[in-house]
Amino acid sequence: MDQTTVKKSRYGMAIDLDRCTGCGACLIACAVENNVSPGQPKVNERNGTTWMRVFEVQDGRPFPDAQTAFIPMMCQQCEVETPCVSVCPQNAVEVDPETGIVGQIPQRCLGCRYCMTACPYHARYYNWWDPKWPDGMEKALNPDVAPRMRGVVEKCNFCHGRLHEARARAAAQGSRQINPSDYIPACVEACPVQAIAFGDLNDESTDVALLARSERAFRFLARLGTETKVYYLSGRDWVRRLADRELARSKKETLHG
Amino acid sequence: MQKGALWFLSGFGLALLIGWYAFPQLLYRSVDQPVQFSHAVHAGEAVGMTCDGCHAVSDDGRFAGIPTLEQCAGCHVDVLGASEAEKYFVEEYVRQEREVPWHVYARQPDNAHFSHADHVKVGEIACERCHGPHGTSETLRPFEENRITGYSRDIWGVNISGVKSNPWEGMKMDDCVACHKENNRRSACLACHK
Repeated sequence: MDQTTVKKSRYGMAIDLDRCTGCGACLIACAVENNVSPGQPKVNERNGTTWMRVFEVQDGRPFPDAQTAFIPMMCQQCEVETPCVSVCPQNAVEVDPETGIVGQIPQRCLGCRYCMTACPYHARYYNWWDPKWPDGMEKALNPDVAPRMRGVVEKCNFCHGRLHEARARAAAQGSRQINPSDYIPACVEACPVQAIAFGDLNDESTDVALLARSERAFRFLARLGTETKVYYLSGRDWVRRLADRELARSKKETLHG
Repeated sequence: MQKGALWFLSGFGLALLIGWYAFPQLLYRSVDQPVQFSHAVHAGEAVGMTCDGCHAVSDDGRFAGIPTLEQCAGCHVDVLGASEAEKYFVEEYVRQEREVPWHVYARQPDNAHFSHADHVKVGEIACERCHGPHGTSETLRPFEENRITGYSRDIWGVNISGVKSNPWEGMKMDDCVACHKENNRRSACLACHK
């Protein structure tokens, strides 16, 4: 088999903020797919685990004109100068040169949380507790994703388990090239308004590559130069202006953003 | 002075003996498989099955692993031969519709992803490369479980020092990485971890 025929991909996402209704289906789909356990009794907004999070923002105008937008935020898959990679003392994070996906290996992680500090998007989560599932629910865990233990950091990896599955599916037919429709992250699949497009940014013909080039497209904190691979789309100026600000962590701050 | 050297050497020898012989003996717990099975009979001339007759890769790329009772019962609805093991298998498992709780020699940790489809169908690697020529074995050897980790001894390899006498010995990450490097395959963490 010729090894050079495997093409390099740059998986990316485009999220249409004008379509997102903030329903949260993506969060649930993500947690189920990636074996994120339900919050423990002491969990709060800051120490829970949600690979994906939907921020609510408002334009601050009074009632009849008030506008709200919802911003689903997960690991932005920084392409260059990836902050978490450069600070990790354990080599537990790396950008896969073949897919562009930023991978986190929990077994290598020592739990110093330097990467969480470095991440401009607050997209990384620390396991303060061992995962626990309600009785019987552990039988419904996804076998393609290993559960993490207490004391390590985890984050979105574009449902990498599904990429494994897609590769195996292709391999069963004797091919090294996956069928793009076999690899779709859980959040993309779950979105009822199809606000999220996913695919290979290197492939000009994909929806996501097209959307990323559109006039409405922008990236959060683009000035940092990390070349994130998650694009956001909005035609509303006040939403686009948020891209250059830091998304505040608490709802209170966000409300008056 | 000579006496001191003698003490040192005997102590050194004892330490080596404990480290290289006694500890590995203690480290692994040996369990017999619930049922004896002869690969030689099934893959031999009399029956003539191939590896993928039972250990198949499905169309969606999933590997079946060890066959289920249903597959075995496809032939063994009744005792077919004269062996005690088969009689026991049919009476204890097939008739009572109980799955055999096999100990899997090659079970990998949870966070390892391995696609048989990738390696066998695309990579065209023979089963024996990693699993050894057990297709000709008459009996199932005892399963050796690491008392600390719970993993099979096959993962580390038989030799405690990690020296291989055969290419299929050892199924730990280093063994995977060595072959991937040699053949210029994927090297990213997430290529094999989940």
